[in-house]
Amino acid sequence: MSESASTARALEVGKMRRLQEKTSLRSLLSPLLFMAPAIVLVVVFFFIPVVIVLVISLTDMSTATGFNNWKWVQFDNYSRIATHPNTLPVLRNTLMYVALTLSLFNVGMALVIALLTTHIPRRSGFLFRALWLLPRLTPSVVYIMMWKYVAADAPYGILNQHLLGPLGIPPTNWLPAQPWFFVILTNGFIGASFGMVIFTSAIESIHRDYMVAALVDGCSLWQRIRYVILPLIRWPLLFVTTYQTLSLLTSFEQILLLTEGQFGTEVWSLWAYQRALSNYWGNFQWGFGAALAAVLVLIGVVMALVYMRYFQFNQLVHEPKIEAL
Amino acid sequence: MEDRLGMGSRWRVAILLLALTILTVPILVGYVWILISTFSQRTYGLIPVDASGQVGGLTLRNWSFLWEDPNIWKVSLNSLILAIGLTIGVVVVSSMAGYALSRIGFPGRRVFLGTTLVLHAFPSVTLLIAIFFVLRWIARIPVLGRELPLIGGFGYNTLGGVILVMLALQLPLGIWLMKGFFDHVSWDIERAALIDGCSRWRTWWQIILPQIRPGIAALAIFSFISGWNEFLIPYTYITDQQQSTIAAYLNKLLSDTAPVNYSQVAAVGLFQLIPVMLFFLFTQEYLLSIFAGGTKGGS
Repeated sequence: MSESASTARALEVGKMRRLQEKTSLRSLLSPLLFMAPAIVLVVVFFFIPVVIVLVISLTDMSTATGFNNWKWVQFDNYSRIATHPNTLPVLRNTLMYVALTLSLFNVGMALVIALLTTHIPRRSGFLFRALWLLPRLTPSVVYIMMWKYVAADAPYGILNQHLLGPLGIPPTNWLPAQPWFFVILTNGFIGASFGMVIFTSAIESIHRDYMVAALVDGCSLWQRIRYVILPLIRWPLLFVTTYQTLSLLTSFEQILLLTEGQFGTEVWSLWAYQRALSNYWGNFQWGFGAALAAVLVLIGVVMALVYMRYFQFNQLVHEPKIEAL
Repeated sequence: MEDRLGMGSRWRVAILLLALTILTVPILVGYVWILISTFSQRTYGLIPVDASGQVGGLTLRNWSFLWEDPNIWKVSLNSLILAIGLTIGVVVVSSMAGYALSRIGFPGRRVFLGTTLVLHAFPSVTLLIAIFFVLRWIARIPVLGRELPLIGGFGYNTLGGVILVMLALQLPLGIWLMKGFFDHVSWDIERAALIDGCSRWRTWWQIILPQIRPGIAALAIFSFISGWNEFLIPYTYITDQQQSTIAAYLNKLLSDTAPVNYSQVAAVGLFQLIPVMLFFLFTQEYLLSIFAGGTKGGS
């Protein structure tokens, strides 16, 4: 009896010692091993490319010079951007595009859909969320083609045929007539689903007790949203706002497919893409394009840092509790 | 129809449903158009018409690629490999990094977490030229570069290379999502496992990962969808027809044939959408539980 108790104690002591050894040995090694794959990928596909882009932006590399005959031009590309007649309009377009799409759809509409679908029977809520996910799931080529047919001139266009025609409004191709309306709509309908999914799960995971308390106190639906739901989903709201701002800043695939930047819808990332990788003249200005990309990286990083400061990023990073063991 | 807390009267539900329907009309109309046009010669608005503009002209021609072009199955398989490879990669790498960032204290943790969010600000597509150089370097590595079965390797012009690039681009979202889930797992469970002599690896694999299954499912779905649908990256880095994906196939329809058959484009697009839609229907429960998971047993 006492023998087995002492063996047990010996075992216990041994276990504790082993544990201490382990924690001291692995305290540095194991987090490093956990992080290793992510670190390698980030270095190889983010840091090295960014360095390459920065280097290229200091050269006059283009299809004309090839990869062999280029030369250093120092900050010429950047001063060209500063004096370029397109710079201000494109910058204004980018700000307008990001601000309107973000507020109206990626956060605004996402929140509205999430709130509406969580206050109707579960099955109908699921159906509507599935419908709102469709634009994200659809190949962008086909999705944009659909919108082109919505806007197209008579007799093909859906708007003209079924809505404006009967109202007596003369048909036209609405895409060049209202380019920003369609740019924001096409991007917004895709963008809304990201926030919708995150907000919905955040709302659904709000503890029942809060809702019961609010109901007992006789809160109206609006009061419940304003004073219970919104404060409780603050973090998801901040995360979506930050993440989607950056997504919108660097996104251009839909605009490329919809207008190719025509009708005054050129945004910064599309400008960089067209200069560096795709244009009608076939003269790819890698140096100038890289400089444009570098400016965009700078804008994005600054905005991310501002957001993180403003939203008190540090509170998001809880200190781990296990080391207090 | 189960009751929900605070759903209110029948009338209010009706009003909310009406509001939702109005907001959703553009999507409904658009997809009804896609469906109709894949079975029509052409369309006036939502009305199928034949070549002379008379109502009618319904046809199966637009779907004929399914039985006439064996290529469609090859590119679908490639897309599937890409999507599955990406999903596995994203889940493994981000759940490892997310665990370390959430649960282990080490120097540089805060910096790395901030960096991952900032990384998302890097315009992936404007890094395309630079990544091209990187992939060409990787292609020079023997075996790993371009001689692996199924994915072809990890270098330029291989599915594996595209998987790696996309994996890196998905990491900011993946790591943050995973970290959020790990934050919610009870510390008591982990403490108990460590005291019982579990290594950090075994704790991660056997104790903590099962706790965040809904989060893993959500991330897996997001990754699968983006792998299946991605156009620009495979299009840029894969020139080999044998490794081409379905999104590139779709784009080829638009650029190759002189008069583009838009109805056929819509049909291929719908064909590409169907598996994702099915996948989504079966996993929807997990997708919507991004924040609900992992809170059992207090915090």
